[in-house]
Amino acid sequence: MFKLQKKETIDQSSLYTVPLIAIGCSLIFVFILFLLIGKNPVLAIFIIFVEPLLSIFGLSELIVKATPLIIIALGLSIGFRAGVWNIGAEGQFTIGALFGGAAILVFYPTSGIWILPLSFFIAIIGGILWGMIPAFFKARFNTNEILVSLMLTYVATLFLSGMVYGPLKNPDGFNFPESRLFHDSGTLPIIFPGTRAHIGFLMALLLAGLMYYLLKRHKFGFHVKVSGESLRALVFSGKSTNYMVYLSFIISGAFAGLAGVIEVSGPVGQLVPAIPVGYGFTAIIVAFLGRLNPLGICFAGLLLALTYIGGEAAQIKLGLPNAITGVFQGVLLFSLLAAEAFTNYKVTLKKMRRNF
Amino acid sequence: MQNILEIDGISKSFSDIQANNDISLYLRQGQIHALLGENGAGKSTLVKIIYGIIKPDHGSMILNGKLYDPNTPEVARNEGIGMVFQHFSLFESLSVIDNIILGQKGNQKKDSILERLDDLQKDYDLQIDVNKIVATLSAGEKQKVEIIRCMLQDPKIMILDEPTSVLNPSEVEKLFNFLRKLSKQGMAVLYISHKLHEIKELCDTSTILRNGNVIKSCDTADVTINELAQLMVGRAIDNKIKLSEPKQERVLDIKNISYTNPDIFGTSLKEIKFNVNFGEIFGIGGISGNGQTELMKVLSGEVGLNDGNQILYNNEDISSLDINERRQREIVFVPEDRSGHSAVSSLSLSENLLLTNLWDHNFFSNGVINTNYVDEKTSEVIEKFNVQCNASGSLASSLSGGNLQKFVVGREIIKMPKLVVCEQPTWGVDVGSASLIHNYLIEISNSGSTILIISQDMDELRSICHRIAIISNGVISKPYDAKRITPEDIAIEMAK
Repeated sequence: MFKLQKKETIDQSSLYTVPLIAIGCSLIFVFILFLLIGKNPVLAIFIIFVEPLLSIFGLSELIVKATPLIIIALGLSIGFRAGVWNIGAEGQFTIGALFGGAAILVFYPTSGIWILPLSFFIAIIGGILWGMIPAFFKARFNTNEILVSLMLTYVATLFLSGMVYGPLKNPDGFNFPESRLFHDSGTLPIIFPGTRAHIGFLMALLLAGLMYYLLKRHKFGFHVKVSGESLRALVFSGKSTNYMVYLSFIISGAFAGLAGVIEVSGPVGQLVPAIPVGYGFTAIIVAFLGRLNPLGICFAGLLLALTYIGGEAAQIKLGLPNAITGVFQGVLLFSLLAAEAFTNYKVTLKKMRRNF
Repeated sequence: MQNILEIDGISKSFSDIQANNDISLYLRQGQIHALLGENGAGKSTLVKIIYGIIKPDHGSMILNGKLYDPNTPEVARNEGIGMVFQHFSLFESLSVIDNIILGQKGNQKKDSILERLDDLQKDYDLQIDVNKIVATLSAGEKQKVEIIRCMLQDPKIMILDEPTSVLNPSEVEKLFNFLRKLSKQGMAVLYISHKLHEIKELCDTSTILRNGNVIKSCDTADVTINELAQLMVGRAIDNKIKLSEPKQERVLDIKNISYTNPDIFGTSLKEIKFNVNFGEIFGIGGISGNGQTELMKVLSGEVGLNDGNQILYNNEDISSLDINERRQREIVFVPEDRSGHSAVSSLSLSENLLLTNLWDHNFFSNGVINTNYVDEKTSEVIEKFNVQCNASGSLASSLSGGNLQKFVVGREIIKMPKLVVCEQPTWGVDVGSASLIHNYLIEISNSGSTILIISQDMDELRSICHRIAIISNGVISKPYDAKRITPEDIAIEMAK
């Protein structure tokens, strides 16, 4: 029988090697997968992982997709460091999109530079409120935040549909389930003319920088660190255990809500039922692949964004199903966890004993 | 008498640490042999080698004239070696008899086990109600279950690892009588401890280990307790500084505190009442699990009290203040557990210093940590309290228990606080560091700090306190003068 034993010392370089090993293993896996379904693996991998990087269009789409992933993952990383497991960022993202989008629609067709900041603010409040629900239940009744936050995602998705089919439906839209297109004051400025790349990406980078500084130098980062190591020490330092639960959900809810409004006021430009496309879940992989480090998260966000774009390209050029994106992301998370386990634990073979 | 176990030149190293270096000792039939040494001297490693948990790098063992090289504890047990660990390995929710049956090899009938159990209990005075659930037993009774489990395997050698650390004085006496009876019947006992008077009282011969080496093997009758202590530590132990007399001025006045523990296996506090005077060192003794941890948390503010409970500190009721508001009033706290409570092993020493200073604005500017200031303060603690480490950036886990405890205590008392509340300040700490910590506490008490020590170690309390009270089942006794309290007083109060 195999037995996992915790290693006494962990190599510091594992910080970098673990994600690289995971990416390598995942590539080998899809290579074999392509072989088995009779596609040229080298060509497929080139189309998915390299070609999008060779055109302005591909690069601009890359940062469009990476923006929500990075922002959500930054928020989640706080909770994950502190041992609070928010799995419902997708729901907080949806509510953020809905709240922010609704605010923009309320002021249609008024113009003013205050409309976007206001809608951002309302979206953040929405994300926080949605995150407060699992936080409250955990703090008050010690429920499992993983289940509550996850299930609230489906509530949020249906709530968005209800609103888009109802009060927020475009009055001139021939009864299609979608809102008006946002007017100019409700749309994010574009960085590169002719593409969809918007200033949300710059905000994501800024937030990553800010987060890096806060975690490294601020009291806040210290609390997060202590909380992740030992709750008794956190209480001894003067904060209650519920403090970290609320704080984690406030931050991850706010970030997810912000990502939501950036998505609707950026690339989408209106409210549709299909706003939630899984960014909130993929961001969990981004957070861990980036080792919960803000800078790592930026790289991981770009990589995962690449799998989305590459997946679409593979669909068009090779006739592969779109599920290839999900398969790669799943294998990546799996390899990441496995690589992590092998760095922290060693496997020993234990002899089975017949009698005892 | 015949050698039953001969250990010849055992060496074992872990990466760069030589845990055992060429250790030889002999165990004879009917002999109680002490294995004496500080934490980290190599006692545990040696015992684990004998019990088949660790393989030695060099050396050999001979058991009953045959080469003995156990690969697993199972082999050791089959060869007649029994071991009673310091930490019990019992199933708390099962009955005594179920626990005993689970420990036996093969498919023995319950009746035959019960029969042998009966004989054992008669012969050795090991009475215990076998139908009781283990969780309801006292520590002494749990140890009895462990011993019975061990005895049922007919061992020829019995190893006991710090067996008295959880026992009260009358239980200790019973254990000693039992061990003496065992040795009369020809069993060899290896008794591991660092409590010198126990060894002097119980053991026939001693082997003293230091830094993985055998320092001396001798008949216990030939050496004094002081000589044993010097052999163990390697130098003369510092004499204690003299305590000065406290003033008659109440600093801490606890009035009938009650606290209901939400944990059903925890202890609740019942009408705790005592007071501590200015400059006094007040000790609270008792066997662990009788409400010490709860009392510590109530005093620190880590758990809240219901309305109506009063903790008067310089005539101010602080019972509704949180831990940092109490720290602002120059009260410091040193809880027992260094791994994850008073310190976090995966954090650096500087970060650990920050742990109890988050309320102090000097360490921050607008919430941003003032790293230079933190490092400076950390170095001050390291220097003043002689903490052996590389730098203020070293991880707490890289320090030995004694050095980390010096740091944790030093971090608090460097502030010259008005009141120190500490729990087991020298738990698991080597003798040298323990005596340093005691001296620091006495020093600050002499210069006007008031100190409350919660400890299981009655010798510690008797040597540094003015007054001592005993906590038992969440109830505190009347205070005794530390110089006049007798072992009988302690035993009576502990049994209440």
